[in-house]
Amino acid sequence: MIRFSAEKPIYAQIVDLMQVRIMTGVYQPQTQLPSVRDLAIQLGVNPNTVQRALARLEQSGFVKSERTAGRFVSDDTALIQQARTTLVRDKAKDFLCTMRHYGCSDAEIREIIEGCMREAGEDR
Amino acid sequence: MTLLQCEGLSKTYGKEGGYALDNINLEIGTGKIVGLLGPNGSGKTTLIKLINGLLVPTSGSVLVNGLPVGIESKNAVSYLPDTTYLADWMRVEQILDFFVDFYADFDKERALTLLDQLQVSSKAVFKTLSKGTKEKVQLVLVMSRRAQLYLLDEPIGGVDPAARDIILRTILTNYSADATVLIATHLIADVEKVLDEAIFINQGAIVTHDSVDNIRETRGQSVDEMFREVFAC
Repeated sequence: MIRFSAEKPIYAQIVDLMQVRIMTGVYQPQTQLPSVRDLAIQLGVNPNTVQRALARLEQSGFVKSERTAGRFVSDDTALIQQARTTLVRDKAKDFLCTMRHYGCSDAEIREIIEGCMREAGEDR
Repeated sequence: MTLLQCEGLSKTYGKEGGYALDNINLEIGTGKIVGLLGPNGSGKTTLIKLINGLLVPTSGSVLVNGLPVGIESKNAVSYLPDTTYLADWMRVEQILDFFVDFYADFDKERALTLLDQLQVSSKAVFKTLSKGTKEKVQLVLVMSRRAQLYLLDEPIGGVDPAARDIILRTILTNYSADATVLIATHLIADVEKVLDEAIFINQGAIVTHDSVDNIRETRGQSVDEMFREVFAC
C-alpha cells in the first residue's frame, strides 16, 4: 500500500501519482486505465477519492473518458512531455535550493553531481 | 440520498449517569465510507447500538433509510460488534450456515471467497483461532450480507498492521455503491485513506463532521493530526 503524506488531500496525491505513471510510461498514451474500483483497491483508498482524482486528470487533459469503454490516457504526447519537463525542472530546482542552503557553490554542486553519476555507473 | 438520520438523539445510562450521548444531529448519505472517530468512552459504541436497535434512546430519533429502528430497518443493517459473540465450538463453515439461516441477504459464496482470500480455513473450529483471525471471520460474516448500512465497531482493533490493510481492502472491495459503511475506531491513521467523511465525537457530542478532503484542504493537516490536536489532553 502507498503511504500518503499528511498535508495534501489524498485525491491530490493520487493525481500526482497518476501523472508520474503516465509520464514515465507505466500507462502508455491511448491505453485504457484500470477501473475506479481496481485503482481504489490497488491504492487502498476510497473509490470516491479515485473518482475525484480522475476527474481532475480529465480536466487537465491527461485522461479522456469514452462513454462506454472507460477511461484512456490522452494521446496528446506534447502535453505529457511538457508536464514531465515541468516536473523534472521543479525537482532540479528543489535540489539546487537544498544544496545552496547547505552552503555549496554552483561549481561544487556540478562536481558532486558528476561524481555521483560516475559512481552510479553507465547511463541506463 | 439520506441513509441515516439522527435527530436530537440522547442517551443516559441509569438515573444518576450523565449523558452518554447528548443531542446528536447527524445525516449520512448512501455510497460513503464514514469514520466515527473519538477517544475511549466518547460514545461511539452507544451511537452504533442506538442505530442498530440494541439500545433505546432516552430522547430523539433515528431513521435508517427513512424507517424508524425496528424489524425492517434491521434488515438493512449489518453490524460488527466490538466483542466476540459467536458460539466458539462451531467450525467456521457451521457459522456460515448459521448466518445463511439467519439472514436472507447473506451471500455464502462471497463469504467463502473472502475466507479464502484471507487464508482462513472454513474447517477450523472458531475457538482455536487467534484473536486476529477471529476478527477476520467476524468481518467476513458482516461484509457478506448485502446490506445497505454496515456498522463496524473497531474492525481493526485487535489485528497487526498487515492484517489491518487486508481488512480495509476487504471493506473497500465489498461495499457496493449504494451502501454506506460506518467505521468506529480510534486508529485513525490506519483508516483515514479509505474514508469519505469523518465524524469526531467527544463526551457524547459531535465536534466535527466533514469530508476528509475538506479537512486536509482547509486545515493543511491529516485527520489523524487534527484528531490529536482536538483531543489533546
